[in-house]
Amino acid sequence: MTDVPVLEVDRIGVSFAGRTILDAVSFEIRAGEFTGLIGSNGVGKTTLLRIILGLQRPGTGEVRVLGAPLSRHRRSLGYVPQKVVLDPDVPLRSRDLVALGLDGQRFGFSRRTKEQRARVEEMLDAVDARRFADSRVGSLSGGEQQRVLIAHALVSRPLLLLLDEPLANLDPGSVQEIVALLHRVSADHGVSVLLSAHEMNALLPVMDRIVYLTDGRAASGTTDEVVRSDVLSRLYGHHVDVLKLHGRVLVVAEPGTDAGDIPDHPTLTAF
Amino acid sequence: MHLLFEPGFFASGPVRTAVVIGGVAAVVSAVVGVFTVVRSQSFAGHALTDIATTGGSGAFYLGFNPLAGFIGGGVVGAGAMDLIGVQRVRSRDVATGIVLGAATGLAALFLYLDTTSSATTGATQQILFGSIFTIDRSTVPVVVVLSVVTLVGMAVIRRPLLLHSVSPELATVRGVAGRGIGLAFMLALAVSVGLSSVAIGSILSTALLIGPAAAALRVTRSIGAATVVACGLGIATTWLGILLAYDSADWVRSGQGLPVSFFIVVLTFLSYLVTGVPAVRRLAGRPGRHPAPADPAPADRAPADRAPAAPAEG
Amino acid sequence: MFSGFMVNAWAVGTMVAVVAGVVGFFVVLRGSAFPAHAIPNGAFAGAAGASLIGINPLIGLGVFSLGAALGIGWLGRRGRADAVTALMLVLMLALGAAFLSQSTQYEPEIYSLLFGEILGVSTTELLPVLILGGVCVAAVGILFRRLLVTSIVPEIAAARGLRIHRTEVAFLVVVAAATTMTVPVVGALLIFTLMIGPPAAARCLTDRPGRALGASVAVALTTVWASIACSFESNWPVGFFVGVFSATAYGLGRAYAAWHLSRVGRPAPAVA
Repeated sequence: MTDVPVLEVDRIGVSFAGRTILDAVSFEIRAGEFTGLIGSNGVGKTTLLRIILGLQRPGTGEVRVLGAPLSRHRRSLGYVPQKVVLDPDVPLRSRDLVALGLDGQRFGFSRRTKEQRARVEEMLDAVDARRFADSRVGSLSGGEQQRVLIAHALVSRPLLLLLDEPLANLDPGSVQEIVALLHRVSADHGVSVLLSAHEMNALLPVMDRIVYLTDGRAASGTTDEVVRSDVLSRLYGHHVDVLKLHGRVLVVAEPGTDAGDIPDHPTLTAF
Repeated sequence: MHLLFEPGFFASGPVRTAVVIGGVAAVVSAVVGVFTVVRSQSFAGHALTDIATTGGSGAFYLGFNPLAGFIGGGVVGAGAMDLIGVQRVRSRDVATGIVLGAATGLAALFLYLDTTSSATTGATQQILFGSIFTIDRSTVPVVVVLSVVTLVGMAVIRRPLLLHSVSPELATVRGVAGRGIGLAFMLALAVSVGLSSVAIGSILSTALLIGPAAAALRVTRSIGAATVVACGLGIATTWLGILLAYDSADWVRSGQGLPVSFFIVVLTFLSYLVTGVPAVRRLAGRPGRHPAPADPAPADRAPADRAPAAPAEG
Repeated sequence: MFSGFMVNAWAVGTMVAVVAGVVGFFVVLRGSAFPAHAIPNGAFAGAAGASLIGINPLIGLGVFSLGAALGIGWLGRRGRADAVTALMLVLMLALGAAFLSQSTQYEPEIYSLLFGEILGVSTTELLPVLILGGVCVAAVGILFRRLLVTSIVPEIAAARGLRIHRTEVAFLVVVAAATTMTVPVVGALLIFTLMIGPPAAARCLTDRPGRALGASVAVALTTVWASIACSFESNWPVGFFVGVFSATAYGLGRAYAAWHLSRVGRPAPAVA
């Protein structure tokens, strides 16, 4: 079972309006691995995640889950979108939304079993959402909603949890909490995690592997293998230096180079 | 007691029919209406009553069963709306408006042809403001059966529909076919609205679809509770409305009595306003937010949460 | 077709089309299709009530459409807008039904309030229509920028201090005024078709607000003129043609947008 990767992304390419968004992106995720999909805003992380989930069609390439096409193993993937616009009036408690993660797709009359309800409670505890389990999802704060969405994705025991920019709008304290939560959940429940972010430093302590995406191309491996001057220079197409300082990583371009695609700062980036 | 229940109320055949039909229509409308309001499709729900009425006028003119016309018209309209419409709410409303406009134009034509071809007067009024007291007894069984079918259908699709209504993305990830579910709901809406338009008139059809559901959603926290409250409100306002309408024959100078639709709609409107009053919402136990996030008890936070702080800043 | 009483029909039809095209542009932009349907229906109930107590139906039209606009604006702020619109609508209709039950309304009058009687417009009716129409167009002109900003980027508008809610209510009142002038002519049920179809078609053709507004008026004029001509020839109600031609215009607009996308490759201008 450990031989077949949970997820294989095989030369995925997609274009839109003449622009190449993704170009032969390939990587693998194995059981229990915590992988960070790192890249600046707009580089195509969300597109890649959506293609993996089957929400969007790739132009070229293939996605395989446990060696088979996605449609065979839909349930093996859990998804936490970046933003779910929840109408404050939607009559759904946190508990109910998590429960829909178990049977939201099922037609028919069956009532939820005791085991199912226990599982929902277990997940609410795992994400620390007890306090607001009975509140309407629409009235929760962004961070609280995110926890509920994580529980919703996890309740059906997926093999791989995909999260789209979960850290984007959080303050640094909350970032640490969520990263720790995800790491704990991954370890306790044996779930692989693929999480996209534009900042890698918060994930360094927990990331097993990294997929570094820029300008449609990707490099994947452990952080030691990928976050190096030579690898990243090849990826960017011009020279960059990688500095490790105080446990943080900085990617620096030479002054004068067109470094517009390095996230956040044109010449100096602290990841 | 006699002040409220005029003599002959319970003995009257039309009243008994009205009570049964009204009750059935209220229940079906409430069940479908809760989802209609949650999905922000109140316009589509109302438009379908007008479109169903066009179907009814057409059937009236062409001489076949009005019920088939109401339901058929509604189904065609729902299909057209779904075909044109796109996901964004505004575009959906434009699509609804276009279909409604075309259907209204057709209604104008049918009614014109009808009045010129035959001498029937009052056709417009009859079709548009059909009264619960004048429903044909023979249609009652069909209406009840179709209502039950609609309720069963809604029960079957309720979970995927709920998930899709909350977030189409989450639904797709779980394997729910978004377009299919949306269309299925529109069809259920069309049938439900067609039935109630025939049974209780198009005004009441919209009122019972939206009013009790909107009121219930303000004071409950789950779809199930909202549905129960909406059914209760719908039945209560309907029966009370029938009673008042029957009594009103004695209140008004013309001796005609005010139409039952008037009473039911006013009661529905009032119940909606009442649910907006803060005191009522608190009574119903509807918390706006969960209690303000205080410092969590030590038990809630495992010590491990603190650990990553060191390396990131180190 | 162009002489005698028909002159009035053409004149009034043109005015109605211009107002519908202008006001309708924002109806579609702001997603106010439902209120645009509800307010005229409320107006109809008011006209019925006014007839009942023996005053000029236009007054009843005005009062009820204004009441509907304010009710939707105020209640819609606190609850779901579309549910509130539905409730206001049925309340007005129920009142109308109540009025009708107490009077001996003649069938043709109800029909004409609902579907319009454009071929029977008298010369004396022209002036009020022109004045009210002018007021509506002027109001939209004054509110133009405000309406644009609050429709497209409400967050920015709020930051700039524009009162979004007030603008919304003001706009609904303009819709009410447009309704009052047009219901006697085109009928309650069809004025809103003119405020939806032509502007929606226009938006398929171009994004730029000024051009879209112009296109909206142009399509509305074409629709109304074609409808009057066909109605005159066939004797069928003008409302029927307005409904069908509006839908056709929208269909053609959508088809154009789809063709544009496939040929040019760029996404077409915003579809509705």
